[in-house]
Amino acid sequence: MSILDSKIPEGPLAQKWSKHKAEIKVVSPANKRKLDVIVIGTGLGGGAAAAALGELGYNVKMFCISDSPRRAHSIAAQGGINAAKNYQNDNDSVYRLFYDTVKGGDYRAREANVYRLAEVSNLIIDQCVAQGVPFARDYGGLLDNRSFGGAQVSRTFYARGQTGQQLLLGAYAAVNRQIEKGSVKSYLRHEMLDVVLIDGKARGIIARNLVTGAVERFGAHAVVIASGGYSNVFFLSTNAMNSNGSAAWQIFKKGAMFANPCFTQIHPTCIPVHGDQQSKLTLMSESLRNDGRIWVPKKKEDVEKIRKKQLKASQIPEEDRDYYLERRYPAFGNLVPRDVASRAAKERCDAGFGVNETGLAVYLDFSTAINRLGKKVIEERYGNLFQMYEKIVDTNPYEEPMMIYPAVHYTMGGIWVDYNLMTTVPGLYAIGEANFSDHGANRLGASALMQGLADGYFVLPYTIGDYLAKEIQSPKVDTDAPEFAEAEKAVNDKINKILAIQGSQSVDDLHKKLGHIMWEYVGMARNKAGLEKAIAEIKKLREEFWKDVKVTGITADFNQELEKALRLADFLELGELMAMDALNRNESCGGHFREEYQTPEGEALRDDENYTYVAVWEYKGEGQKPVLHKEELKFETVKLAQRNYKE
Amino acid sequence: MNLKLKIWRQKNAKDKGRFEVYQVNDISPDTSFLEMLDILNNHLIHQGKEPVAFDHDCREGICGMCSLYINGRAHGPDDDITTCQLHMRKFKDGETITIEPWRSAGFPVIKDLVVNRGAFDSILQAGGYVSVNTGGAPDANAIPIPKKDADESMDAAACIGCGACVATCKNGSAMLFVAARVSSLARLPQGKVEAARRAKAMVARMDDLGFGNCTNTTACEQECPKGISIAHIARLNREFLGAKLKD
Repeated sequence: MSILDSKIPEGPLAQKWSKHKAEIKVVSPANKRKLDVIVIGTGLGGGAAAAALGELGYNVKMFCISDSPRRAHSIAAQGGINAAKNYQNDNDSVYRLFYDTVKGGDYRAREANVYRLAEVSNLIIDQCVAQGVPFARDYGGLLDNRSFGGAQVSRTFYARGQTGQQLLLGAYAAVNRQIEKGSVKSYLRHEMLDVVLIDGKARGIIARNLVTGAVERFGAHAVVIASGGYSNVFFLSTNAMNSNGSAAWQIFKKGAMFANPCFTQIHPTCIPVHGDQQSKLTLMSESLRNDGRIWVPKKKEDVEKIRKKQLKASQIPEEDRDYYLERRYPAFGNLVPRDVASRAAKERCDAGFGVNETGLAVYLDFSTAINRLGKKVIEERYGNLFQMYEKIVDTNPYEEPMMIYPAVHYTMGGIWVDYNLMTTVPGLYAIGEANFSDHGANRLGASALMQGLADGYFVLPYTIGDYLAKEIQSPKVDTDAPEFAEAEKAVNDKINKILAIQGSQSVDDLHKKLGHIMWEYVGMARNKAGLEKAIAEIKKLREEFWKDVKVTGITADFNQELEKALRLADFLELGELMAMDALNRNESCGGHFREEYQTPEGEALRDDENYTYVAVWEYKGEGQKPVLHKEELKFETVKLAQRNYKE
Repeated sequence: MNLKLKIWRQKNAKDKGRFEVYQVNDISPDTSFLEMLDILNNHLIHQGKEPVAFDHDCREGICGMCSLYINGRAHGPDDDITTCQLHMRKFKDGETITIEPWRSAGFPVIKDLVVNRGAFDSILQAGGYVSVNTGGAPDANAIPIPKKDADESMDAAACIGCGACVATCKNGSAMLFVAARVSSLARLPQGKVEAARRAKAMVARMDDLGFGNCTNTTACEQECPKGISIAHIARLNREFLGAKLKD
C-alpha cells in the first residue's frame, strides 16, 4: 500500500460526497470558538475559506502579502465561472461538467474530486448572487451564459470581462463582515516564511511583517494554504508580479508532498512579448474565442510582407487565410481546450507562419463577428478587453485583428491533498490553485474560479471539521515552544545569509535567467535532453544566486528586493523539481507535451498503461533527490480515450 | 527615449521626505511606465543604491495596487487607465517626469511611493456587504433582476479601490469610493434590504477615519481609472438622507 491515502469514499460516484459529509465529524459551536485556524492567501480560495470558517465560529487568522485582501490575483480572472445549472436548456448536467473536466484534464485528475466540484458548482452561483455579485443578465432578468473552451454547452457565468474581480469582491465582502464581527483577524502585508510542526501536526507559521520587517510567530490548530500557483517560476507569465510559490515550497520542505509539478498551463491568447525589458505578460480572455477566429496566412509571401509592415492582416483575402483550429478540429473549432490551442499556435509559428517581427504571433480576428452582430454588440461583450489591448499595443482591434501568442498562465500541479483537501501533514490543508486535485494535466477555462470557491465555501469548511473535532481538547498553541523558536531562527538565518552576499547581480537579473531556462526547456514542448540540461542549468544558477545575488537594504524595513529574493530562492528549487517531474513522465498529456510522445498528427500521446498516476514528490533534505510516490488513478466511470475535439 | 525622473523619496512614515532626480536612457516607447521604473531600480541596485519602493501587482489595471501621482495627475497623463497600463509613448523624449505618492491624510506614506490604504478596508468592513452566510442561498434565477439594474450595479462595482479619487480630491474625500459600493449593492434586490443601514454605517466610518467632505468638484470622476460616475454620490446621498430621516 502506498503511503498516500486519498481517502476517496466508497460507493457510487454520484453519492460519494453526500455519504462522506454524513460520515465525517462536526464541531459544536461552543468548541469552534476555542479553535484557531490560519489561512494563507486571500484570493477566491483563501477569501472564501476565511469567510466561511469565520461564519461557522472558528477564530480565523488570515494572511495577505498585499495591502488589502482584494488585491489577490483571482481579481484578474476575466472570462467567467462554470456551473452545471443547465439554464440554457442545452443538456448540461453535473455529469457533463464532470466529464468535460476529466476529459479536458486529459484523464489525469481524480474522478471523485472532479465530480464533487461539478456537484457544488451550482451552489457557488446561488451564493454569489445572494452576495450581490452583478452577473450579466438577459432582458428577462435571468442570468446569461457564454461558452468556453473544451465544452459544447454554454455554462459560463460572467460579469463583463471582470468575473474574477466581482467574485473576489463577493468573498472579500463576506470576509469584511467577519472581520467586523471579530471572527476573522486579518494580517495585511504579512508573508508566511515557514510552517511550524509540533509532534508532526501543523501548529502555526512564521511570517514577516513586510512593513517593519519583523519576523513573527502565529499559532493555530490548523493551517490552510491558499497561496495560488507558481507560474512566476517562468519570470514572464500572466500572474501578478507578487504571486509566488513560496508558501507551497515551505510546506513541501516540512513534509507536505508535491504533486505533478510539471503540469503547467500555457494560455493560448496572450499579448506577445516585446523586447527584453518586459516584466509581465497580459492575458486576453478565453471568452474572446466565442467570437474571435484564429488564423495565420496560408502563403509565406504574405507572412513576409506582414512582418515588413507592407501588408495589413485585413487586406488578406478570405481564401488566403488558414483558420487552422477550424481546419484541424471541426467539432470544437476555435473553442478547443487551451493546451490544444496553444500547441497549434506554436506549430504554425514553428512552421514559419507567425505574423509579427519575432515570428511568434497569430491573429485573433473579430471581423466575421462584427459583420454578423455589429460593432456595438462586440463592444458590449468585450469592450474593456479591446480597450486594454489597444492601450498596450497601440492598435485598434475593431479594425485590425489582435495579435496573440501563448504564455504561462496557471499551474495544475501543486500540493498533494486527499479528498478532505488535507496534505500529507496532519492539520495542514491546501486549497484552490495551490493544490493539485481537480484539473489533471490541463484546466478548462472558467474552472479555476469554480475550484477556488468550491474549496473555500463548500468543501473545506466541512472537511476541516473532521480533523478539528479531534483537537477540541488541545489548548491554544504556545508560540514559545522550541519548534517555533527553531523555525524563526531558520528564517532569520536565511534572510541574513541572503543580505550578506552582496554580489553583482540583482534578483531580477537572476530571475530572468531562470525564466529563460524554464521557458526554453520546461515550457510548451519538452524533451529528454532539454530537461536534463534544464536540471543541470538550474543547479548552476542556484549556486550563482547564493554566491552572487545583490540585495540592497536591511531586514528591519519595508524591503521589496528582499521579498523578491526570498521568493526566487524557492523558485530556484521548485523549477528543478518541475523539470524532474517532466523528465519522469514519459508521455504527453494535457499541458505536458513531450516531443518524443506524439501521434503522427502531432497530438499528445498518452501512455495510460504506465502513467495513469499522480506523480507525488517527497522532500528528503537539502541536496538529496526527492523521492517519487505514485497515486494510481482509478477510472470507474469515465472510459479512458484519446481526447477527440475533431468530431 | 531619455528621461529625467523627479521622484519622491521618503524612508518611512516619520521621515519628512524629499525629491530626488534620476536619469534613465534608451527607454522604448512601448515600455510600460512601471517597467520603466523596474529599469531604473535595476540600475540603482547595480550602483548599490536603494531602489524606489512602489506598489504594484497585476499590471493589468484590475488589482488596484498601483498608484502614483505622475506630473500632477493620479495614474498619469492618459485617461481611463491605471499607472500600470500607462505606456511611455504618452511622454516626450527628454521630458522631466515628476512622480509622487498619493497625498492624503487618509493614506499615510509607508515608504517612498507606497501608502497605507487600510482605511478603505475599514470603510467596507463597516457595512459594504450583504449580510448572508455561506449556504442556504435560493436558486440564482429565483429573483429576476432587470438587465438595466444589473448593468448599473456592475458599473459601480467596477471600482478597484486604488484611491485615485481620494488622492485627487482637494478635500481628501472618499465619497466616490463609498458611493460606488453603496450604489452597486442598493441597485440589486439582494442588497436593497439593508441599503439604508449600510449607507449610514459606511459614511460614519469614513468620517471617523478623517476623510474630507465632498464639495462636488467632480475631480474624482475625471481621474477614476474605471470611469465611476459621480451620479453614484447622488444615490448615496439619497440612501443616507432616507436613513437619517427614519432615525
